[in-house]
Amino acid sequence: MLKLRELEAALQEVEPFAEPRIELEQYPTSAHIAAHMAFTMENAFGDLLGKTVVDLGCGCGMLSIACALQGADHVLAVDIDSAALDIALDNAARLELEDDIDFVLADAPWPLALGPGARQVDTVVMNPPFGTKHNAGLDVLFLRRAIEIADGAVYSLHKTSTRAFLQRKAKELGAEMEVVAELRYELPKTYKFHNKQSVDIEVDFLRFDCSQRHCT
Amino acid sequence: MKLLTHNMLKSHVKGVKDGYPLRLSASKVELKEVTFNADFVVRMLDRIVWPVLRQTAIEIGQGDNLPTDIPADAATNEEFLRAMHHVLLEVLVLEGELECPETGRKFPIKKGIPNMLLDEDEV
Repeated sequence: MLKLRELEAALQEVEPFAEPRIELEQYPTSAHIAAHMAFTMENAFGDLLGKTVVDLGCGCGMLSIACALQGADHVLAVDIDSAALDIALDNAARLELEDDIDFVLADAPWPLALGPGARQVDTVVMNPPFGTKHNAGLDVLFLRRAIEIADGAVYSLHKTSTRAFLQRKAKELGAEMEVVAELRYELPKTYKFHNKQSVDIEVDFLRFDCSQRHCT
Repeated sequence: MKLLTHNMLKSHVKGVKDGYPLRLSASKVELKEVTFNADFVVRMLDRIVWPVLRQTAIEIGQGDNLPTDIPADAATNEEFLRAMHHVLLEVLVLEGELECPETGRKFPIKKGIPNMLLDEDEV
C-alpha cells in the first residue's frame, strides 16, 4: 500500500484529456484529489483492498488508477468517450496496471448486470458531470445507478450547493450519505468560455453507504 | 476484457428484459498470469454467475477442467479456486464480439475494450 505522498506522485504520470469535450463536462480529476480520495477510501473505510470497483465516467482513468494503486483487485472503468478510453488505456499501461483495470465503452444507464444474489461490485467511484449546464439531472442519474450496483459504498464528487438535495435523493435510494471532505475544486481553463485562468468551486467528497440497501 | 468483466455485463438495448448473459465470441485471446489471491476468489464465489463463467470459458476454449457446479468445498479447494482464478482474471479477450441474447445486437470488442454504445433509436 502506498503512502499518500507516493500515491499522489504516481498519479502525476496520468495524462489528461487531449481535447476535452464540453458536452461531456470532461474536467480532469487532479492527481491531488484522486490520491486523497483513494487513500481515504482504503484507509478510513477499507473499501478498496481486495475489492471489485466500478468507475463510472472514468475519463482518462485517474480514479480507476488511484483505486488500483490502493489495492483494488478488479476495476471496471466505464466511459462514453472512446478517445478518453484510449488515453486511459495508455495511462494504465504506463503505470503497469493494465492487468487490474478493464475498460468498457458504454453510455448511461450502463450495461452492468446486478449479479446472482450478492451484487458483484463492492465499490463505485466516480467524478460525474455536475449536471448543471447542458445535462441537468445527469449527476443524479449517475448516482442512482451507482447506488443500484454497489454492494458496499459509492464515492462521488458533487457541488456543495447540491448537498441537501443529494441527501434526500440518497435516502430515497436507500443509501446513507456522509460528507467525507469539503474540497476546493480547481477547474482549469479547460474551455474557451471560462474567462478567468481558473475557477475554484466548492465540492463535496461524498460517501454513500449502500450496505443497508435492501435488494429488490 | 477479462471473463470477470464479461460476467458483469449485460445488454441494455431498449426493450430488452434481461439482456443477460451476452454471448461471447473471441477471435483473439491472450493468457496473462495474474497473482493468485485466494481471498478474492472465495469472495467472488457467490457473486459471479458460475454457469455463465463456465460456459463462456468453454466456448472460447479455456474451460476444460471446470466442474458443472461450484463444489461444496470450494472455499477450501485450492485446485478449484486456482481454476476459477484463471478463467476470471487470466484470460483476456482482445478481439471479438458480444451478442445480446434477446435482440441479436452485436457489440464489438477491440483492443480488449467492448463497445457497448447504443444508437439513438436503441436507447
